[in-house]
Amino acid sequence: MARTLIHAPKAARAGEIIEIRAMIAHPMETGQRMGVNGTMIPRAIINRFVCTYGGEVVFSADLHPAVSANPFLSFCVVATQSGVLAFAWTEDTGEVHVATTDITVT
Amino acid sequence: MRPRPRAPAVIAALLSIPALLAVSGAVALEQGDRRSGIAFASPQTQAMQADDTANPGMLWVMDGAQLWRRPDGAAGKACQECHGDAAQSMKGVAPRYPDFDAGLGRPVDLSGRINLCRVRHQRAAPLAHEGSEMLALTAFVAFQSRGLPMAPAADARLAPFRAEGRRLFEQRMGQLDLSCANCHDDHWSARLGGSPVTQAQPNAYPLYRLEWQALGSLQRRMRNCMAGVRAEPFAYDAADYIDLELYLAARAAGLPMETPGVRP
Repeated sequence: MARTLIHAPKAARAGEIIEIRAMIAHPMETGQRMGVNGTMIPRAIINRFVCTYGGEVVFSADLHPAVSANPFLSFCVVATQSGVLAFAWTEDTGEVHVATTDITVT
Repeated sequence: MRPRPRAPAVIAALLSIPALLAVSGAVALEQGDRRSGIAFASPQTQAMQADDTANPGMLWVMDGAQLWRRPDGAAGKACQECHGDAAQSMKGVAPRYPDFDAGLGRPVDLSGRINLCRVRHQRAAPLAHEGSEMLALTAFVAFQSRGLPMAPAADARLAPFRAEGRRLFEQRMGQLDLSCANCHDDHWSARLGGSPVTQAQPNAYPLYRLEWQALGSLQRRMRNCMAGVRAEPFAYDAADYIDLELYLAARAAGLPMETPGVRP
């Protein structure tokens, strides 16, 4: 199933500031809520987001239980060279969801 | 950052208004007055709905696109094998639902039609009410009609069900003894507990409610409202919902489809 929604330009001029948006479908269960019969629903969130550009980290964020479901992050980077923008979301369990998109810089 | 689900704080505020509402009669909404729920939302929520890269409902639409192509059931067929490209075949379908089903002898909504198609043609098990797969497929099909005006089916066989829907809409219910019409016909421009009352228009469903932090159906929204007036919501598969949806669709004729909508 498609679980991520990435918005980044396919092409940019060198030195241009580009906006990148990344959303992932995730319940971001806080661990503070009660389920049926008063049992706690265990915490299950994405606690780390990293964006790399040509292998170099350009943006990262620590996410906490108060972040909403389906977290949406928007940030800007300077287009320097053609390459791969890679996005990684790390779960509490250590599982990593990855998405990539290519960018051509002229 | 969006708010976490919280207890409906509006219930307390509801207590103070029945006396006010009792004096006004139920007047159906005039055509020129019709306004989509998004018109009452904050500029931030409007921007989130308008931008497909920020609208979380698009996650379900993308899921639905995959389900559309996935073979299922004993017949081993995907939706696509009969219906082809959804962008063409499903365009204009959602605005006319609920529509009459001759086999059942009563109206079905879009989700009901998807389940009938699964059972009759794919020979698959029906999808669960309000399940993520049902919401994704319904959102995907309705998304193909985004921007088209709501155009309720003109089938004469629907008339008695639509009349029943209107009766339910104007029927007082619950401990607060309020009908849908008391708020959504008579006081839609007012505010309740700080939130706009709105007109209860169904043109953006299934939609993403920030309070739910998920996509939800029109039926889920109606159950919310019934709990809000302290009535017992109809059972999940009750025909009353379809009758109400029929009346709401007629009441919304002409409003553009917004699926997947975003609401607070």
